[in-house]
Amino acid sequence: MKETPLSNCERRFLLRAIEEKKRLDGRQTYDYRNIKISFGTDYGCCIVELGKTRVLGQVSCELVSPKLNRATEGILFFNLELSQMAAPAFEPGRQSDLLVKLNRLLERCLRNSKCIDTESLCVVAGEKVWQIRVDLHLLNHDGNIIDAASIAAIVALCHFRRPDVSVQGDEVTLYTPEERDPVPLSIHHMPICVSFAFFQQGTYLLVDPNEREERVMDGLLVIAMNKHREICTIQSSGGIMLLKDQVLRCSKIAGVKVLEITELIQKALENDRKVRKEGGKYGFAESIASQRITAFKMEKAPIDTSDVEEKAEEIIAEAEPPLEVVSNPVLWTPGTAQIGEGVENSWGDLEDSEKEEEDEDGTDEAIILDSIKMDIGVEVSNIGSQDAPIVLSD
Amino acid sequence: RGSRARALPDRALVNCQYSSATFSTGERKRRPHGDRKSCEMGLQLRQTFEAAILTQLHPRSQIDIYVQVLQADGGTYAACVNAATLAVLDAGVPMRDFVCACSAGFVDSTALADLSHVEEAAGGPQLALALLPASGQIALLEMDARLHEDHLESVLEAAARAARDVHTLLDRVVRQHVREASVLLG
Repeated sequence: MKETPLSNCERRFLLRAIEEKKRLDGRQTYDYRNIKISFGTDYGCCIVELGKTRVLGQVSCELVSPKLNRATEGILFFNLELSQMAAPAFEPGRQSDLLVKLNRLLERCLRNSKCIDTESLCVVAGEKVWQIRVDLHLLNHDGNIIDAASIAAIVALCHFRRPDVSVQGDEVTLYTPEERDPVPLSIHHMPICVSFAFFQQGTYLLVDPNEREERVMDGLLVIAMNKHREICTIQSSGGIMLLKDQVLRCSKIAGVKVLEITELIQKALENDRKVRKEGGKYGFAESIASQRITAFKMEKAPIDTSDVEEKAEEIIAEAEPPLEVVSNPVLWTPGTAQIGEGVENSWGDLEDSEKEEEDEDGTDEAIILDSIKMDIGVEVSNIGSQDAPIVLSD
Repeated sequence: RGSRARALPDRALVNCQYSSATFSTGERKRRPHGDRKSCEMGLQLRQTFEAAILTQLHPRSQIDIYVQVLQADGGTYAACVNAATLAVLDAGVPMRDFVCACSAGFVDSTALADLSHVEEAAGGPQLALALLPASGQIALLEMDARLHEDHLESVLEAAARAARDVHTLLDRVVRQHVREASVLLG
């Protein structure tokens, strides 16, 4: 399905609200939505919810032969899929631009920043290395896919455990999880993407835009940082013109946000590890609360509407009073009454537009039929002759 | 070929395609175009030029920019942008300003401008910046690999300065070309 276009009044409403520093869900300009991280039963599987945007991340590994020019390094492969259930606009053929952009950004953020030690993935130099594959699926699109995807990728990588391998001379033994505990990957740092949306040619900026805000934004600036305040990736997109000090300001804000998010991730990983060690139940089923009556409700957004009353009264005072309409029911026969005058018969108008759309033959036939009827001299009422062409087109 | 369906009613559509020849890098490249990196480059070029070209003057039209890299020795994005600027100017398409681009990096606490292939392959941080020199507005900013936040300003400054130098050069070349052409035309 093609994306439904945003109506002009909604666009204006959103832009006006942003100018007055108000967001539709009551957040401040630099606030993130609620981030919720839940883990599956397998190691390396997680779902990240950023507000209503949900991304599923899964890490898997395989022993393969290394690339020829990098004989001692493991292989990392990232893939983000925009599932069709995420938004009606995502169809198998239609997504290419967005998909390429997101995938390249993720690849650059996670691969070029060397967050994973690829040397440690080497088993036998030149013959066998681990290939780590991170698959991300977008389950619901409510704005800011890139942040949620980067969090999901790094959480899944931190959570993943690969099978233990031992090398004795020429012999390589791969242990199953039952024989030896699987080993975590060695991760140097956690790069997290922070998105900034710009409005009105760069005058206003918002952190973590939701879907509506993304539709009216001029452009996006994505900064990926880790908690040591090292910038891993910067990417500006959407044709906005930035100034140097805007970029520097955004990088400072990103530093603060990344610290908060990294803390959250560490806590979530810690909780999951504790639960698994104590033998408690874990997995997605546990993160869904059962035995609870749930209802879908929209939380009240804490927006200040104290000045709305005067504005509304102003608008009402200035508007023209509605026209007086008096309706007297007229009783035709018992059981048939008429209230009001009704509108003029618009079948004639419909007919003209249909005739234009039909091909030449159709209209010719209609005209011929009319003329035949006239020759025969059959009295056909107005509605009748309009009926005939309609029957033809059937 | 432009498709009617994609025509915009109020401005021109800018379409960019990036292709690098198989012999452009040290090792032969398997797929000259159609792979993710080429698609991404095309999108970035498009974004840069949509910001710079006065698209409002040509509604319902399409402007195609094709870039072919014959030899890649680092800074391919910057070279593409500079070449495309000259091509668009030569074609007579109205632009806000020159778009000048340059890459920059950071090694041993020094900011370096215009990295070569060897310096890029070393794996340090690299920044690509496309600038409209008169106003100092950044049309595209892209950075890879780890760079500490404190050094960001110096690297940005180095890239901006180099881009302005490129602008002086391009300006001189364009004026000389116009002078020669007008002499030939009599």
